[in-house]
Amino acid sequence: MTQENDGVKLTAEQTKRRRSRSIAIAFALGALVVLFYVVTIVKMGPEIMNRAL
Amino acid sequence: MSLAERQDMMTDNAVWDGGMGSVGDYIALLKPRVMSLVIFTAFVGMMLAPGTLHPVIAGVALLCIAVGAGASGALNMWYDADIDSVMTRTSKRPIPDGKVTPEEALAFGMTLSIGSVLILGLLVNWFAGAFLAFTIFFYAVIYTMWLKRSTPQNIVIGGAAGAFPPMIGWASVTGTVSLESFVLFLIIFMWTPPHFWALALFKKGDYETAGVPMLPVVSGETSTRHQILVYSILLAPIGISPYLLGYASPFYGIASAGLGAAFVWLSFDVWRLREGDAARRATLRLFKYSIYFLFLLFALLFVESIAGRILG
Repeated sequence: MTQENDGVKLTAEQTKRRRSRSIAIAFALGALVVLFYVVTIVKMGPEIMNRAL
Repeated sequence: MSLAERQDMMTDNAVWDGGMGSVGDYIALLKPRVMSLVIFTAFVGMMLAPGTLHPVIAGVALLCIAVGAGASGALNMWYDADIDSVMTRTSKRPIPDGKVTPEEALAFGMTLSIGSVLILGLLVNWFAGAFLAFTIFFYAVIYTMWLKRSTPQNIVIGGAAGAFPPMIGWASVTGTVSLESFVLFLIIFMWTPPHFWALALFKKGDYETAGVPMLPVVSGETSTRHQILVYSILLAPIGISPYLLGYASPFYGIASAGLGAAFVWLSFDVWRLREGDAARRATLRLFKYSIYFLFLLFALLFVESIAGRILG
């Protein structure tokens, strides 16, 4: 559902600020993905590499 | 309300007063200065705890504690917007300034609270996660919603919320708490009343206007000065106790005794000088010194723990 469907018209300033917030949220989510990946590697530890091929 | 009803209520030209917050305004909701003290004391708690934590996991724990503290700051600003708007010290905060709506601050605070607790629990340990959840609850509900508006002992009991971070840091490493971590808690807990009452003495008018029952407003300035002195006298030996309990060096013992003595001396000045500019200066001096006092005690413990790890 878009903002237009709600009948709410954002001002230019509101649109600009929403965009900057959206970028910040994107960075935060990206950082969380990296964090979970790194922690997964750390939790598995070096033993994960020590297996019979 | 159904979607159709909602549509009916809004015209094409409906104006929404939200959405004006910048990224900086949302960061301000986290009370970054309080957050920096929380990060620092939690880090010292982690460094002093017996045992080791992988640096990445330690970083995650610290991040979660910091975000949890910030989240409780946002919840505090959501609930206290009415008070903040009439106090000079807080009137420029994002909600009274009209940058962020109370609903946005509530959503932001709740999201970060739940996120920080879950991540701390999942990635570090659940005891620390539960402790962080309790701390957020204590600050947002027990202190902000209940104590702050109802009793002059608000910051005495509510101060526990600000004193828990080193214990959470300790719990992140050990999965439990101990007497040593409780002493770190006690230092901040006993430091909070003289620190905030010094502030309240020269911001008394603000608290009066806002209807917050701070001690100088309810019991008067003389009673506040008595209590500042009593808490300072109690704080000084507690500051030395890491040495007395054997997890800080004699150097810390001597330094903390000196810092504690200076705290008592400045509190005595506040107690002694009650009129005019001299009284105001003494109060301001104690307030500023109290910040250095806490920072220096924890910095000493931090340096000693680093030195201890390097020297084995």
